[in-house]
Amino acid sequence: MTGATAVKTREADVPAVRVTRSRRSVLWASVVAVIVIAVLAYAPYVVYASTTSILVNFFILLILASMWNLLAGYAGLVSVGQQAFFGLGSYFVLIFALRGVNPFFGMPIAAVACGLAGLVTWWLVSRLRSGYFAIATWVIASVCYLIIIRYPSLGGGTGMLTPNMPNFSARYLDALVYWVTLGVAVIALGGIYLLLRSRLGLVLTAVRDDETGARSVGARVTRARLLVFVIAAVGCGAAGALEVLAQPYVQPAPAFAVQWTAEMIFAVLIGGIGTIEGPIIGTIVFFALQQWLSAHGTWYFIILGLVAIGIAIWAPRGIWGVVSDRLKLFPVGYWLWPRGGGSGSALSVLRWPGRSRASGG
Amino acid sequence: MTWVNDIVQGVMLGGLYALFACGLSLLFGVMKVINLAHGDLAIVAAYGAVGIVALTHMPGAWSVLLAVPIFAVVGYLVQRTLIQASLNRGVLTTLLVTFGLSVVIENALQQFWSANARTLQIGALATDHFNIGSQISIGYLDLVILIAAVAVLLGLQYYLSYSKQGRLIRAVADDREAAQLCGADYRHIFGIAAAIAFGTVALAGTAYGMYTSFYPSSGSSGFLVLFAFEAVVIGGLGSLWGTLLGGIALGVVQSIGGQIGSTDQVIAGQLLFLVVLAAMPQGITGFRRAA
Amino acid sequence: MTDSSPLLEVRELTVHHGQLRALDNVSLSVFAGDVFAMIGANGAGKSTLLRSVCGLHRPTSGSVLLDGTDITGLRPEKRVAAGIVMVPEGRRLFPSLTLEENLQVGATYTREGPWSIARVYELFNWMPGRRRQLAAQLSGGEQQAVAIGRALVANPRVLLLDELSLGLAPVVVQRIYDTLPELLATGVTVLLVEQDVSQALRVASRVHCLLEGRTTLTGEPAGLTAESIEAAYFGLASAAAPGPWTGDSARTLPEESR
Repeated sequence: MTGATAVKTREADVPAVRVTRSRRSVLWASVVAVIVIAVLAYAPYVVYASTTSILVNFFILLILASMWNLLAGYAGLVSVGQQAFFGLGSYFVLIFALRGVNPFFGMPIAAVACGLAGLVTWWLVSRLRSGYFAIATWVIASVCYLIIIRYPSLGGGTGMLTPNMPNFSARYLDALVYWVTLGVAVIALGGIYLLLRSRLGLVLTAVRDDETGARSVGARVTRARLLVFVIAAVGCGAAGALEVLAQPYVQPAPAFAVQWTAEMIFAVLIGGIGTIEGPIIGTIVFFALQQWLSAHGTWYFIILGLVAIGIAIWAPRGIWGVVSDRLKLFPVGYWLWPRGGGSGSALSVLRWPGRSRASGG
Repeated sequence: MTWVNDIVQGVMLGGLYALFACGLSLLFGVMKVINLAHGDLAIVAAYGAVGIVALTHMPGAWSVLLAVPIFAVVGYLVQRTLIQASLNRGVLTTLLVTFGLSVVIENALQQFWSANARTLQIGALATDHFNIGSQISIGYLDLVILIAAVAVLLGLQYYLSYSKQGRLIRAVADDREAAQLCGADYRHIFGIAAAIAFGTVALAGTAYGMYTSFYPSSGSSGFLVLFAFEAVVIGGLGSLWGTLLGGIALGVVQSIGGQIGSTDQVIAGQLLFLVVLAAMPQGITGFRRAA
Repeated sequence: MTDSSPLLEVRELTVHHGQLRALDNVSLSVFAGDVFAMIGANGAGKSTLLRSVCGLHRPTSGSVLLDGTDITGLRPEKRVAAGIVMVPEGRRLFPSLTLEENLQVGATYTREGPWSIARVYELFNWMPGRRRQLAAQLSGGEQQAVAIGRALVANPRVLLLDELSLGLAPVVVQRIYDTLPELLATGVTVLLVEQDVSQALRVASRVHCLLEGRTTLTGEPAGLTAESIEAAYFGLASAAAPGPWTGDSARTLPEESR
């Protein structure tokens, strides 16, 4: 027979903390970023057109990857139909060009038009859960393709050359395309960064970690997702439009190919989903692999696919996820510092879903 | 009255779609796995059948007898390794892994078989047909595929409803933890379900190979995986009988669409799918069961 | 009646849910023939303990022993084969299966023993008439009975019952607990978790109280006073201890009656 034992409830430790938005490493990173952009801007003066052409493709994929990352990594929307907006972006530029609009001016208009298309698409798919959502986006992309190829005025199944490109020298045109693409990439990444720092970004992160919890504290989840979906449509549309500037011969099959989605997804997975730095790293790795395996066509996708699968299962946070415990370049999180302590230990509270435990520094 | 013939053709085409969708329905119903590589797996089976024929010189039609069991074993292994590992990570991961698998498979097929179209040769069976009246023409192959689809789907439904193993599969699909508490190793049961699903995929793939020519990317850009999903959704989830109806509905709509214009065949089906998604997302069978 | 060695033993079990420590160094012994009741407030760790015993939750440290054999590493389905079967919280019947199919699934991996579907039908004589009804259409009390039946047909040595009374009317709960003696008569040992303390005390041969993951009380019901149980349940050092509603705050509210 045992008597009652007295038990005192432990009091929770509530540390007094100071909250900041960035660390010193971020400052260095911003300086480096400005330098990198300046160097890239200078590139057409010093390198061959073949190199700037590769860089153009790099930036286009970078934009696409960042958009897909925004969709899947922050809004939880896994779309395998973003090629719809990419293709629409290309074809809108073509359509405007056929009516006499300079494709360089047609590009931003096309991007906006894709935003509207995104709105319509959202109306169709917003109620669907993950798997259905993915398939529905794919179906919609295929429908866009099937509709476009019925129009011989747009080149039908074989494609056509975009008219009304500005009458500059080939070298200057290449450089112009390069600068425009670089500019759009910077805007896209910068825009995403600012977006995630804003309140919307906080809502998205909360939703990403726990949707029910987020709703219960009043987060406008659907509104946030709608916004992200439309932004991604605009971004992918812009990328498609840029592709036309780089490759004026527009064909429906390559424009709406599911390959684009494959590339986006792989780049983001490998680089690190749910982080801003991830798509950048992923695109770099992607292109490095492409250069290395360029002679081997299909092997390139096979290896990439296997790597992506491996990372999805065994290293779901990607390359950047592994590295980012040490280094944070784009500060969208919050750092907690104990009061009165010097550098002390900081808790980073931003993580990819499911691994949202705080880590001691 | 050629539209009667169109409907008949559509029904038979629907049989093929239903066969495709069967495995997908099973994988999703039991494991909640969305297999984006489904179409590609069918094409692998088709290529496999071509390979078997090349190796053994057996008649094309008999290659099915080898392809199906081999694929069933492969399905069990893939489930216990790759799919289970992805499931442990979450829904997003399975989606991404099957997508990655799709890309890998298509490119691997292209690497080893080239991009040329192929067919599984079965001789005269591919084109022989008989007529009903003057308007309706029924191909023997088409009829066999339809009969096979009905047999497989109804047989599977019967198996799930009345056999001990089928009951276990349904239990694990309902609540895998509770099934564990009853002594069932759900990973093994998932494996069995995957084996069955892959077996039906092999059947569908070899049938497809006999039916028409195929190439490495038939699975995705040939829309096979989309058709399979559409059949499942249109028919209603959780019902194999529904999958049969959904496949037939899709086939009929496509066939009628094909009469309107040659490129309209596929679009007609996609539009039906989108309409069902918007207006009647629970599908044909779900609509009747709605209570 | 006590055997010299326990049938089921939990040794210094520590279990975490992510960062949260749900169980802290908990030990207990269940002897053959016991009705061992775990009581405690919400979140005390009772269900976690049960889930660890049946294998659904891996402990951070400590061990679970059945008849002296360490089963800590065994998967849940293997433990069923060893003789530990749980009736989970919330019943967890298979909703798309019929009543009889639920029992059939439970009987798939059965051990040698007196329990069969027929015997369960004798115990709950309303069941045969409803055997073809879908489990989802049964009432809460009926589902609870089926859940118990499903566990019984596996012929367990140790039957784990997790919160039987949750969501059920007292009269229904009573009827279910009334079946316990027949279970015990067939050689089943029972380890149960119960929120309703008086109900637990009525049926238990041993009582074990948890608070915030730690053991606060263990013993036979006859030897425990209401105060000691209350204190262990709520974690009060003594009735007059200073706290938020006594002591200082009381002095600042002279008008309020005590």
